[in-house]
Amino acid sequence: MATNLVLSIAWTHVSTRVRQTLVGMFGVAMGVGFTIMMAGLMQGSQIDFLRQLVDTMPHVTVGDERRSVPSQPADQEYAAVGMSNVANVNRRPGIRYPDAIMASLRSWLPGDVAPSVKTTAIVNHGEARVGVGLVGIDPRLEVRVSKLATQMREGQLTDLSKAANGIIIGEALAQKLAVKNGSTVLLGGGEGTQISATVVGIFRSGIKSVDEGQIYSLMNLAQTLMGQNGVVNQLRLRLSDPLVAQKVATQVEAQIGYKSVSWQEANADLLGAFATRDFIVLTVMGAMLLSSSFATYNIISTITHEKRHDIAIMKSLGMREYSVRRIFIIESMMMGAVGILFGWILGYLLCYGWSQITIFNVLTGATTPLEIYYSPMHYLASGGIAILCCAVAAYFPARKATRVHPVEIIRGAS
Amino acid sequence: MTEVALQTVNLVRRVQGVITHTLVNGIDLSVAKGEFLAITGPSGSGKSSLLYLLGLLDAPTEGEVIICGQATSKLSETERADVRLTKCGFVFQFHFLLPEFTALDNVLLPMRAHGQMSTKDMNERAMSLLTSLGLGEQTGKRPNQLSGGQRQRVALARALANRPEIIVADEPTGNLDTASTQQVFGILRDIADNGQTVVVVTHDAALAARADRRIHIVDGKIHETTFGGHRKPEIAAASPAAECPS
Repeated sequence: MATNLVLSIAWTHVSTRVRQTLVGMFGVAMGVGFTIMMAGLMQGSQIDFLRQLVDTMPHVTVGDERRSVPSQPADQEYAAVGMSNVANVNRRPGIRYPDAIMASLRSWLPGDVAPSVKTTAIVNHGEARVGVGLVGIDPRLEVRVSKLATQMREGQLTDLSKAANGIIIGEALAQKLAVKNGSTVLLGGGEGTQISATVVGIFRSGIKSVDEGQIYSLMNLAQTLMGQNGVVNQLRLRLSDPLVAQKVATQVEAQIGYKSVSWQEANADLLGAFATRDFIVLTVMGAMLLSSSFATYNIISTITHEKRHDIAIMKSLGMREYSVRRIFIIESMMMGAVGILFGWILGYLLCYGWSQITIFNVLTGATTPLEIYYSPMHYLASGGIAILCCAVAAYFPARKATRVHPVEIIRGAS
Repeated sequence: MTEVALQTVNLVRRVQGVITHTLVNGIDLSVAKGEFLAITGPSGSGKSSLLYLLGLLDAPTEGEVIICGQATSKLSETERADVRLTKCGFVFQFHFLLPEFTALDNVLLPMRAHGQMSTKDMNERAMSLLTSLGLGEQTGKRPNQLSGGQRQRVALARALANRPEIIVADEPTGNLDTASTQQVFGILRDIADNGQTVVVVTHDAALAARADRRIHIVDGKIHETTFGGHRKPEIAAASPAAECPS
């Protein structure tokens, strides 16, 4: 059967029933447009959050512990003897030979590595006492592994070296302690050490837990508070591609033996929640497209009902059932195709409109624009699903209509 | 010996329901090529049912319809559609023209569905048919811009488009005024005189009298056969063995 004829009839139906065609196109356009907007918004916010997370924390963190407790020498020597209450060897904390390890890692790592000293401290200022995580860093190397330098709101990273016992604190913590750049605070270490320190910089990462609970100093200050001079208990890696962090962490751990945690592993629960959110979003978007296809279903149902005489005569003239069915499916796909084009435009405009909106975050105190992720995949996927929905939505009423015996219609009309 | 265009053998059509109705009850019929056959009978007698069986629009419960030597009872629906497309032309009481299409487009429809002719040839044939039926000035008009008689003539042109062996018409003048009725019947008569087989169901006894043969159906059976006198001897001698040229 000539395809041109099928197309011609379909086009004639679509172009002569302007109102129905517009309604069908409008339904598809709305479904596609809002799906693109939803996808851009959800993925944008997710990517923005992950970017902040990845920017704030190292891609891989190597600690001074092992993933599993090593077996005791006595266990290895006397495997058959039951050992109990074995005294812990008072091992000096920290990573052994950190400089050698870093040199070795730099030889193959797709990124860079910097040493740090991680400990806890209590910051005292006036009446306020706040427990924080203190990270001792080398400012020259820190710029290679973190975005801290770019997150500085007051002061600079290098100011740590300019003042005695200088510290950089988060914006939220500064507000909590009521300190500002140049203020002096008292740091209490785990060994009972107390050191007077000067605030030389204030940063904002955008992640509340970091901005409120983490401070930076030079490594020697952190080592002094720990009571472990010269110790390095953390190596922090920054990779050119954050997505390979898990693979790199596994390789690093296999090479040096210390527990290496990728940012994905450290935030596994969060990423799990994202996976659940992705599923929910996909379900909602699918439902939106499906709902829009009901408009097409209704329109094709109406057209096939109104066109039952035409269907009967086309069949009686000798047009095959599937050819007649194809007419209505093509009609639906024509409406869908134009609707998708308008939906793409609508989706882009909605995304652009949303990206102009700024939201005040009460947690971080920052006003940020809504992050929209523009991806051709959103357009292709929504368009593909929509055209499929249109074809399926048309198939059932078309099949029902074309299965009717022409004699029934002709007799009825006569 | 005259060729047979259409033949039925013990044709039966029953409709299953709470009560089984027999619409066509064992009809044996042979229609010669070029014959004008009129089927008459009271309402509900089964004449339209017989016509739909002859045109392969409906399938018999029993028996056989042989069109141009081709037995059709075992054909699939698709094969039956192909036979309808190439060997049968239909005209109904209601014109059933596609309303969004022009007269020319409606006539082109069967030819485009068949797809055996070039666009130029199809257009020429459609124009020629419409002109020969007095519609040369109406080719660009849609059905709602035509009179009842003009619409029915367009439907006739559409039925003739693929040069079918058989024209099957169900009350083609049922909705027409007297002048149009005479015109349409005249055209059908000319079609038969030009060698195509015409089978018409009609209530109009005067018009039926202009056919070569009239069969009167009562309760699904041929009650009476009357010859009109046009070509009675040849038709009477129609041989079932002869076939239409393909």
